[in-house]
Amino acid sequence: MLTLHCPCCGVNADETDLHAGGEAHLKRYGPGSSDAQFEEYLFMRENPKGVHFERWRHVYGCGKWFLAARCTNTLEVFGTYSAQTLEPPQDIKDAISAKRPGWVWREFK
Amino acid sequence: MSNAVSALQARVAPGEVTIREDGLRGMIILRGDLGSKKLRNVCKAVTGVAVSAQGQADVTGDNGLCWMSPDELLVLVPYAEVAQALAAIDKALSGEHYLAENVSDARALIHVEGVFAREVIAKLAPVDLHPDSFKPGDFRRTRLAQAAAAFWMRDEDTFEVICFRSVAEYVFGLLAQSAEEGPVGYFAKL
Repeated sequence: MLTLHCPCCGVNADETDLHAGGEAHLKRYGPGSSDAQFEEYLFMRENPKGVHFERWRHVYGCGKWFLAARCTNTLEVFGTYSAQTLEPPQDIKDAISAKRPGWVWREFK
Repeated sequence: MSNAVSALQARVAPGEVTIREDGLRGMIILRGDLGSKKLRNVCKAVTGVAVSAQGQADVTGDNGLCWMSPDELLVLVPYAEVAQALAAIDKALSGEHYLAENVSDARALIHVEGVFAREVIAKLAPVDLHPDSFKPGDFRRTRLAQAAAAFWMRDEDTFEVICFRSVAEYVFGLLAQSAEEGPVGYFAKL
């Protein structure tokens, strides 16, 4: 069972209190972008065995979105953080590096 | 005006832990900037208690405030005073970005009272209800079995549960059965 700490309301929410929202840090390209970039935004997703970044919504609780870094292989959670970020904060990156040296996920490492 | 009745009309399931529907209670959902001085002042004026800290509820008698999310409060007042409270909030917050709505008739309030009230709830919600983690005054929005609900601890043996009126029958049934089947005896207190 996955338990995530909601950074918005501060409770440790069980998986059944939450709703998964897919991959985090998707980049939407603006007007004038190419078809390839739009395809990337719509369809291209990571499917890692290991470190992954996801969006979650605390749907039965405060109703807010947040982001989580976890391992898809072991279900280990490295940390959760605000959804109003464009890349994982340094403390989350450090926490992952401590456990999974040399990790790479899209452009982050 | 039509004759307002609560969802279960104060039904009671007596036992070692008694489940009791509270009857009519005034509830106002208030969204806005919880740090705003105007909002904090009007909440205090309407309910007599200060705006709750994160994850807390402060309820005395029929009045109280519950922290629902970083931008949302539940204002509890006696049923007859809702219109008056709503008018006071609208007056105080005019010009600010906020939303206040009377949801009294959309919700049901159920009391769970008795020695193992903690276990009655713990069997139904994915929440750490150990006496060290969940204390009187704590408030939690979550689910009870399959229905969305929120509860807070009034004192060591009393929980108050709110849920949508449409699922009141279901939630009351859950709590009544959980109480009837007795304590699990997991928490050290028992």
